[in-house]
Amino acid sequence: MILNEEQQMLRDSAQAWARDNAPVRAYRQMRDRGEPLGFDRKLYAQIAELGWTAIAIPEEHGGMNMGYVSVGLILEELGKTLTASPLLSSTVGASAIVLGGSKEQQTQWLPRIAAGSAIVTLAIEEGPRHAPDQVAVQARREGKQWVLSGTKRHVAEGMAADAFIVSSITTDGRIALFLVPATTVGVTRTAQQTMDARGHASVQFVDVKLGDDAELRGMPNKLLDAVLDRARIALAAEMLGMATQAFTTTVEFLKVRVQFGQPIGSFQALQHRAAEMFTDLELTRSVVEAALVAVDTQSAELPLMASLAKLRAGETLKLISNEMVQMHGGIGMTDEHDAGLYLKRARVADATFGNTGFHRERFGRLSGS
Amino acid sequence: MTQSTDFKEFRTQTGNWIDAHFPASLRGRSPIEFMARAVPADEFPEYHAWRTAIADQGWGTPTWPREYGGGGLTDRHARIINEEIARARAFNPIAGMGVMMFGPTLLEYGNAEQKARHIPPITRGESRWCQGFSEPGAGSDLASLQTRCEDRGDRFLVNGQKIWTSGAHLADWCFCLVRTDTTRKHEGISFILIDMRTPGIEVRPITLISGYSPFCEVFFTDVQVPKENLVGQLNAGWTIAKRLLQFERSSLSGGGPRNVSVDLLKLAREYVGVDSNNRIADPDLRARLIQHATRTRAFQLTLKRVAEQAGAGNGVSTITSILKNAGTDIQQTRDELTIEIMGQRGIGWAGGYDANELEATRTWLGGKATTIYGGTHEIQNNIISKRILGLPDPPPHGRQQ
Repeated sequence: MILNEEQQMLRDSAQAWARDNAPVRAYRQMRDRGEPLGFDRKLYAQIAELGWTAIAIPEEHGGMNMGYVSVGLILEELGKTLTASPLLSSTVGASAIVLGGSKEQQTQWLPRIAAGSAIVTLAIEEGPRHAPDQVAVQARREGKQWVLSGTKRHVAEGMAADAFIVSSITTDGRIALFLVPATTVGVTRTAQQTMDARGHASVQFVDVKLGDDAELRGMPNKLLDAVLDRARIALAAEMLGMATQAFTTTVEFLKVRVQFGQPIGSFQALQHRAAEMFTDLELTRSVVEAALVAVDTQSAELPLMASLAKLRAGETLKLISNEMVQMHGGIGMTDEHDAGLYLKRARVADATFGNTGFHRERFGRLSGS
Repeated sequence: MTQSTDFKEFRTQTGNWIDAHFPASLRGRSPIEFMARAVPADEFPEYHAWRTAIADQGWGTPTWPREYGGGGLTDRHARIINEEIARARAFNPIAGMGVMMFGPTLLEYGNAEQKARHIPPITRGESRWCQGFSEPGAGSDLASLQTRCEDRGDRFLVNGQKIWTSGAHLADWCFCLVRTDTTRKHEGISFILIDMRTPGIEVRPITLISGYSPFCEVFFTDVQVPKENLVGQLNAGWTIAKRLLQFERSSLSGGGPRNVSVDLLKLAREYVGVDSNNRIADPDLRARLIQHATRTRAFQLTLKRVAEQAGAGNGVSTITSILKNAGTDIQQTRDELTIEIMGQRGIGWAGGYDANELEATRTWLGGKATTIYGGTHEIQNNIISKRILGLPDPPPHGRQQ
C-alpha cells in the first residue's frame, strides 16, 4: 500500500491530533471520570470537525468518499493512543446504510453521521460468542409494519447511539437488518461495563414497531457479511495501531530499565522476543493494509481478507499486550502504568466481531480445507 | 493511469513472448536439476536455447544495467516477468549466487574492469559462483575467519579452508573473504575473487542428513590470486560482505508467488481424507494447516509490500530484515506438515514409496539448513534487535553479575 499525498497528510494530521489532544492520558481520565458514554463528547466533536466522520460516506450525502484505506490510517493512529470514540462504529454504521439503505434512509442519516451529529452502530451480538448467523431477535409482520422482539448484547457505543443496525430473523427464516432509531417506542438499553471502559450496552427490543421501510434491503443475503467484514477490517486497523504502540513503548522500556548494572534490553533472551514480536507485527501490517485495500477495490476476496486481518491482528495484539506486561515486570501490573490499558482493550477488541478462533475457522472454510 | 496501462501492456507482451519461446519439453521441470550439475550444451539443447533467449532479453537480471547485459527495468517490471514465468509454468534459467548476491554487490563495489569482466557472464547464466565465507572456526561469528591472504608483491597468496560452500564442485569462480591483517578482526578482512581452476584448490563435497551433498569443503594451498581480483580496498572487505549478506537474506526468504498452502490442503484431502462435512478428517491437523495457510498468506502479502515500497523508490525498507526468519519458518512448518500428512508414507528413504513421498523426506531434512545458513535464525534476531530496534549490546565478558 503506497499512500498518496492526501492520505499521507491525513495520517500526519491524525498522528498530530492524537498526540496533542487525545494521548493515552485523555483515555485514562475519561475512564477515571466514569464517563457513562465511554467516550468524551468534546473530543468526538473535534474528530467530526476534522472531517474524519465523513471519510467513508459518499459526497452526495455530505461525505468525502475517501474509502477505507483512509479510515484505516486514522483508526490506526487513534488506536496507538487508545482514543475512545464512536468513529469506528459510526463509519461501519454508515457503510451499512450506504450498502443496504434506501434513498430515504441514506438522505436522512448519512449527512448527520458525516457531520458527527448522529451515531449509528451495529447491534448484532446475542450470545457469549460471535455467531452472526444464529439470530434470536425476531422480526414479524403485522399488517404493513415490522415488529421486533429480543435482546442484543455487546453493542459498541450502545449508550450513545442514535440508531442501531439490528440483525433479526424473519418469520420465513431470513436474516434481515433493520435501521432502528434509539428513540423508537419499546427500545431500552442498559450499560455493559467492559474492562476497557468503552461504552457497550445491551439493547432490548420489546414489540418494537417499525415502518415497512425500516429494513435495509440492499445486497440481499450478503449485507450482513459485507457490513461485518468492514467492521472487522476497521477494528483490525485500530488493533494494529494498538499493537504498534504497545511494542514501541515496550522496546523503549527495555532500553532504559537497568538491572544487574545494564539495560535489560541488552539481554539476548529479551532481544530475541522483541525481534519475534517485530517480525509478527510486520506480517500483520501487510495483511491489514491489504484488507483495507480490498474494501476499496471491492475485491472478491474481501471475506477471506477480513478474516485474515482480524485473526492476525488478534494474534499479534495478544502476543504484544502480554509481553508488554511481562517485560515491564511489576510496574506493568499496576493500574498507574499504561500496559494494563492496552491489555484490556486488546482483549475486548479480540472478542468483538469474531475472535481469532472464529476467523481461523472462517478462513479455513473459505479456502477449502 | 498511463503508467498502469504501460505495465498492463508489458505484462501482455511478456506473457506472449514466454509462451512463444519456452520449450514444451522443459515444462514442469525445475531449474535446480540443471543447476545441480554441469549440463553440456549438446546434452540438453532446449535448455540452452531457453537460457540464451532469456539472456538476450536481459530477463535473467531484469533490474541490472543494460550496459552489462541486464534488462534495465524497474522492480515492478521484474515482478511482472516473474509472475508471467510462473503463470506459464516456465522457470527462469538464470539463477544462483551470482544473480542473487554477488552480482548486486559487485555492481555497487566493483571497479569498471571487474564489472565489465564478471557481470555479463552472470546475466547470461554462463558463470557459476560460490561463496567462500564460512570456515570451521567461523560460523555465526563469521568475522573470526582465518584463511590467510598474503601480499607477495605482484600477486596474493591464499592458504586456508572454507566450509559449507554451496556448489563449489561446479563453480567457475569463488567470491571469498580472506584475512589480510591478523592484528585486527573486522578491519583485517578483504573481499577477493578466486578462479576455481587455479592450482592449489581442492573441493570435497559433504554428505548431509538428507543424503544430498549440496555443500563442500574447499581447501586452499598456496593459491595465487592476481591483485586485480581484490574488490574495494584492502582490509575493507567486511563492509562489502555485510552488503552481500543483506542480498543473501532477502533471497533466502523463499515464499515466492506460488500459493503453497493450496497444495498442502489438496495433499491432506488425498492422504487424510474428509469427514461428512467435506472437511479434512483430522481436526487437529486441519487447524494447524489453516494456521499455516494464514501465515503463508501474510508472508506473501509482506513480499508484495516490500516490492511495492521498492517500486515507489522508498529504498530497502526495514521490513526486509524479517523476511529470512519469517520465510524459513513458514517453509520448515510446511515441510513438517507435508511428512505428517503422508504419515507412514512420509518417512521413506529409497524403495517402496513414490517419488513425491521420497522427495518430501529429503526436502524436510534438507530444509533444516535454512535456519542455519545465511545467518542463523538467532543471528537474524540479533540483527533485528540491534540494527532495527536499537537495543543495546551486552556488556563485555566478565562484567555481567
